Amino acid sequence: MAATMNVDIVSAEAEIWSGTAKMLFAPAVMGEVGVLPKHAPLLTKIKPGEVRVITENDEEEFFYVSGGMLEILPTGVTVLADTAQRAHDLDEAAALEAKDQAEKILHDRKDDIDYATAEAQLAQAIAQIEAIRKIKKKLGKA
Amino acid sequence: MAVGKEIRTKIKSVKNTQKITRAMEMVAASKMRRAQDRMAASRPYADKMRNVISHLAHAHPEYRHSFMLEREVKRIGYIVVSTDRGLCGGLNSNMFRALVRELREWKSKGVDIDMCTIGTKSTAFFRRLGSRIVAKASHLGDTPQIEDLIGTVKVMLDAFENGTIDRLYVVYNRFVNTMTQAPTFDQLVPIQKGGYKELEHQWDYIYEPEAKEVLTDLLTRYIESLVYQAAVENVACEQAARMVAMKAASDNAGGMIDDLELAYNKARQAAITQELSEIVGGAAAV
Repeated sequence: MAATMNVDIVSAEAEIWSGTAKMLFAPAVMGEVGVLPKHAPLLTKIKPGEVRVITENDEEEFFYVSGGMLEILPTGVTVLADTAQRAHDLDEAAALEAKDQAEKILHDRKDDIDYATAEAQLAQAIAQIEAIRKIKKKLGKA
Repeated sequence: MAVGKEIRTKIKSVKNTQKITRAMEMVAASKMRRAQDRMAASRPYADKMRNVISHLAHAHPEYRHSFMLEREVKRIGYIVVSTDRGLCGGLNSNMFRALVRELREWKSKGVDIDMCTIGTKSTAFFRRLGSRIVAKASHLGDTPQIEDLIGTVKVMLDAFENGTIDRLYVVYNRFVNTMTQAPTFDQLVPIQKGGYKELEHQWDYIYEPEAKEVLTDLLTRYIESLVYQAAVENVACEQAARMVAMKAASDNAGGMIDDLELAYNKARQAAITQELSEIVGGAAAV
């Protein structure tokens, strides 16, 4: 029987694939790597691309990853896949947007929507309670 | 018969409210189940990351990433995860109360606070409180995506790296069970010892490219995944809290309907009795 290894492909949002494999190919940053069981421990980043797994039944499985990390141990391989598109300037843009939003909310004090709806709801509730009290009082007298 | 028209309208309106709350209860119940599944699905990633970081921390005792170093605390960052919508009982207010207590304690020690709010409720609350909000994200919906969180987390991690803040926490509601949601404060950076295990074996990875670069990427993703998990857990909490709150509301509406119906029947009977006695009195007078 050929040697096999455990393969886990996980992302932050879900476990994508898990099983036993004979071989795995992944697009590492320094070039495509092919991993067989009993590989030396290796930790590397991976580029967006295709991860190919040859399972123990000699079937091929393909997964697209948009980058991430690859951890190789003699006993198995873990692919920590990104679900989001990652690049330095993309991250930077996302950070800027988060900051912008915060600043907007701080300066724009007019759109107190939450406060307004809460007030409206409160007024409505008070009116209802008042109505019920009136009805009860009326009945108590009747 | 004109008797008790107001009461009848009131009963009708309470019944309508009850219909709505009951529907919301059922929607929340099904959403909660899905949120719980997502909570479970995101766990393997964080576990795997923690393993890798433990290996790294052990294999490089001489190199400590800045995310792992404690320093004197002058300013603290908080990432507060709240819901976008209300009608979920005391879920948000309980968390805010616990957080405000904590903030007051830091203030008395002369420590400043930077806020990063996720969810409109926390943004509204801390804006009214006059806190310094440096980053914000909202409308994550029922299925938060990690993309929506990258920006806010980066703002805070950059602030940590350039020394603006000396510690970073994430605040969220932990899902204990359907009835219990616990406000939780987790320290993100510096990563605490408990965050990675001390291992005993002696070997190291081959790194591609350099160890430092790999480590930075890894730690960033690890912290993002923790914030993501907080967001997912908070969604589950929101749905659970809403379910319970709506169940209570439906029950209360039921009680109110019973009361009103009783009052209505009493009024009706009183009117009939009065009419009868008037007729009898009239007949007697004739």
